[in-house]
Amino acid sequence: MNRVKRMWQLGLSLLLFSNVALADWSALNLRQGVTEISREVYDLHMLIFYICCGIGVVVFGAMIISMLMHRKSLGVKPATFHENTNLEIAWTVVPIVILLGMAVPATSTLRDMYEPGDADIDIEVRGYQWKWQYTYLDDDPAKEIQFMSALMTPQDEIYNEAAKGEHYLLDVDNPLVVPINKRIRFLVTAEDVIHAFWVPDFAVKKDAIPGFVHESWAIVEEPGVYRGQCAELCGKDHGFMPIVVHALEQDDYDAWVAEKQSEAAAIFETVGKTWTQDELLAKGGEVYARNCVACHQVNGQGIPPAFPSLVGQGVTVGDIQENIDVLLYGRAGTAMQAFGQQLNAAEIASVVTYVRNSWGNDTGDTIQPKDIHTQMASQ
Amino acid sequence: MSAVIEEHHHDDHHHGPDKGIMRWVLTTNHKDIGTLYLWFSFLMFLTGGVMALGIRAELFQPGLQIVAPEVFNQLTTMHGLIMVFGAVMPAFVGLANWLVPMMIGAPDMALPRMNNYSFWILPFAFGLLLSTFFMDGGAPNYGWTFYAPLSTDYAPPSVTFFIFAVHMMGVSSIMGSINVIVTILNMRAPGMTLMQMPLFVWTWLITAYLLIAVMPVLAGVVTMMLMDIHFATSFFNAAGGGDPVLFQHVFWFFGHPEVYIMILPAFGIVSAIIPTFARKRLFGYDSMVYATASIAFLSFIVWAHHMFTVGIPIAGELYFMYATMLIAVPTGVKVFNWVATMWQGAMTFETPMLFAIAFVILFTIGGFSGLMLAITPVDFQYHDTYFVVAHFHYVLVPGSVFSIMAAVYYWLPKWTGNMYDETLGKTHFWLSFIGVNVTFFPQHFIGLAGMPRRIPDYALQFADWNMVSSCGAFLFGFSQLLFMFIVIKCIRGGKKATDQVWEGAHGLEWTIPSPAPYHTFSTPPTDMKEAHG
Repeated sequence: MNRVKRMWQLGLSLLLFSNVALADWSALNLRQGVTEISREVYDLHMLIFYICCGIGVVVFGAMIISMLMHRKSLGVKPATFHENTNLEIAWTVVPIVILLGMAVPATSTLRDMYEPGDADIDIEVRGYQWKWQYTYLDDDPAKEIQFMSALMTPQDEIYNEAAKGEHYLLDVDNPLVVPINKRIRFLVTAEDVIHAFWVPDFAVKKDAIPGFVHESWAIVEEPGVYRGQCAELCGKDHGFMPIVVHALEQDDYDAWVAEKQSEAAAIFETVGKTWTQDELLAKGGEVYARNCVACHQVNGQGIPPAFPSLVGQGVTVGDIQENIDVLLYGRAGTAMQAFGQQLNAAEIASVVTYVRNSWGNDTGDTIQPKDIHTQMASQ
Repeated sequence: MSAVIEEHHHDDHHHGPDKGIMRWVLTTNHKDIGTLYLWFSFLMFLTGGVMALGIRAELFQPGLQIVAPEVFNQLTTMHGLIMVFGAVMPAFVGLANWLVPMMIGAPDMALPRMNNYSFWILPFAFGLLLSTFFMDGGAPNYGWTFYAPLSTDYAPPSVTFFIFAVHMMGVSSIMGSINVIVTILNMRAPGMTLMQMPLFVWTWLITAYLLIAVMPVLAGVVTMMLMDIHFATSFFNAAGGGDPVLFQHVFWFFGHPEVYIMILPAFGIVSAIIPTFARKRLFGYDSMVYATASIAFLSFIVWAHHMFTVGIPIAGELYFMYATMLIAVPTGVKVFNWVATMWQGAMTFETPMLFAIAFVILFTIGGFSGLMLAITPVDFQYHDTYFVVAHFHYVLVPGSVFSIMAAVYYWLPKWTGNMYDETLGKTHFWLSFIGVNVTFFPQHFIGLAGMPRRIPDYALQFADWNMVSSCGAFLFGFSQLLFMFIVIKCIRGGKKATDQVWEGAHGLEWTIPSPAPYHTFSTPPTDMKEAHG
């Protein structure tokens, strides 16, 4: 069966795309992926494609023969028939039979995708403008792992000032990490607008919709790095919020979990200490570059009116408490998100310090992580 | 019917058109209004086309070069809105204005003053829509499908102007459709039964009912948006107890019939042209009518196939998959009928025939990708990728747009009294045919390989085919200037056309002189043998 399929592919690619296709068929077609479901989907895709090709050969073949043979210039006399009941019944019934032949495997694949089952790992996937938040749900909140995952491709690659890397636009700072051969349930939702969580190699695409939690699942069979993108238009940087999944052997996954949990403990400690302004500014610059630049721009000027300037006006040079509140809770009705849900106290404190002391803003303020922590904890 | 005609007072006072600009502003003549619609739609076609070229220029290479992402989103949104509402729909209304009265032997449209209003609303609607480019925050940037909450809570301030413009387009479309329905049902020449009408008239009758059914739904959904934005309601705001998915259901309940609104009149055009140049009667006229009606009916019950990934329960997914697959049956009947019409004909290949044959082949390719998209589990992989972009451009560009061009070449000699330049026409066809395929065929590949739609920049593995696609787009775009040249040249002069124009043409419009006089069929025709091919 597989060999027949290969030969088909080879024949078709020779026919249609000559040697371009032979060099890299994968750049032209759906991926087979690394789950049982994704391979089922691929086979279904190829089946429907071949059926369409078959119908196309018959229909276009008849047209081409007709165009070659039934030309006035050949001196033919036009026939006068204009109906044929049997023929018309045939070309109504035959397509119905073909469609039934497609519907049966399609239904069975869809049922497999919707098959309920207990998950080994539950991951909440939350879309934000323009990044993802992953939360590994656990009955014990202390063991819950949560992090943001955003584009890591540098701006100068995007603006053609540096050579583009191999994984241009498909690289993130913190990839989603999953173990292989475990049933992973993705609980997909969004914070602001509609996004879509799509990993082609898992044949998983689910819209992330505010107010809804939809589920999808995958059992990854091979370790590797799998890349996808947000698939639903979600605003300015829709094209810049990739999804990267690292599938690891169970041992490696366990090690990653342990590391993540100790990292969380370390961050907790740094929040407790007193930071110097230089430390805050350095850290704040990093946080700004990762979370704020897309809207407010490198120079803080923003793209008014949707994304206001932070320079010399508004809360960044006004009341510091209001500044912190905007950062923690967002601004309703605008693209300004509630970063209290995304960043830790040290990051909030440092970025507030940073914006109040950059681009000519010289309030001289420093704000300590522990104060922010107190405020966040009191909520 | 005949009683009405006998009372019709004969008007011997045949006056011609007024002079100057006021002729066009005040006209109630179906031919003038048809001309206005067609020129307006061509202008919008060029406007939307320039935006498309902006998009393709940005996508020529990876990286951001020409437009910033927020501008890119405005271009994709406005390109879609303008092509759908400003180019394709008004072009079909223009053709209906010119042709329906001449095909059914009526002196004019039934409601001429309303006809004037429904056209003159459009320049204001699109003026308003285009003016949003100059507003703070820019033009609509949430896609032509304007999903909430991106189009409500997160929209630029210009969204209110967009909503008002959509309302105006809706009013125009509804008035236009009422006019078409009343004209067809009341003003057919005596003795012309419904089943003697040319297929273009039939497809437009059905299209007009679709328009009346769904334009109010569109008006409803934009009004709900307006309420959410300005009056603190929460139709689509989850935080207020609303439902963003409700938006999509209502939008696509409009949107799916809308896509058939843009293709059914095309079926009518092709069903007129192929028999003419095959010199053979249309095969299966009755089944063509029933297939059109079936497609129209099915269009109301398949809307959620645009929403397979929003989290519909499996029963719903299966229902919408089966219902969508069913559309292939009546559509197949149409394609088979066209092929059977060509079969054993005596064909010649003038420009309208070339466009019509290309329509059948390329629309069928769009139909195949549509069938693939109907298969729910695989649609999860295709959804919101360039595969979808390739699919709907195949049915809209070499589908609807080619049919409009075919219609213009086919009836232009009747309208102007002059033959167009056949060599230039064929050149235009081949440039367009090559351009359209080079543009959109590779988009199947980049979609399958995983490139999402509506992104201004892309990963490196998509680079080659995007470059090919952009080259095709510029070829196709600039070829349309040749089209404009051919049409103007034909209006200004050329070989005189006979009344019959085409050897194999049948239908009442070919019984009147070329160019068609300002007033036709003041006395209704009596011979219905030639009513349709």
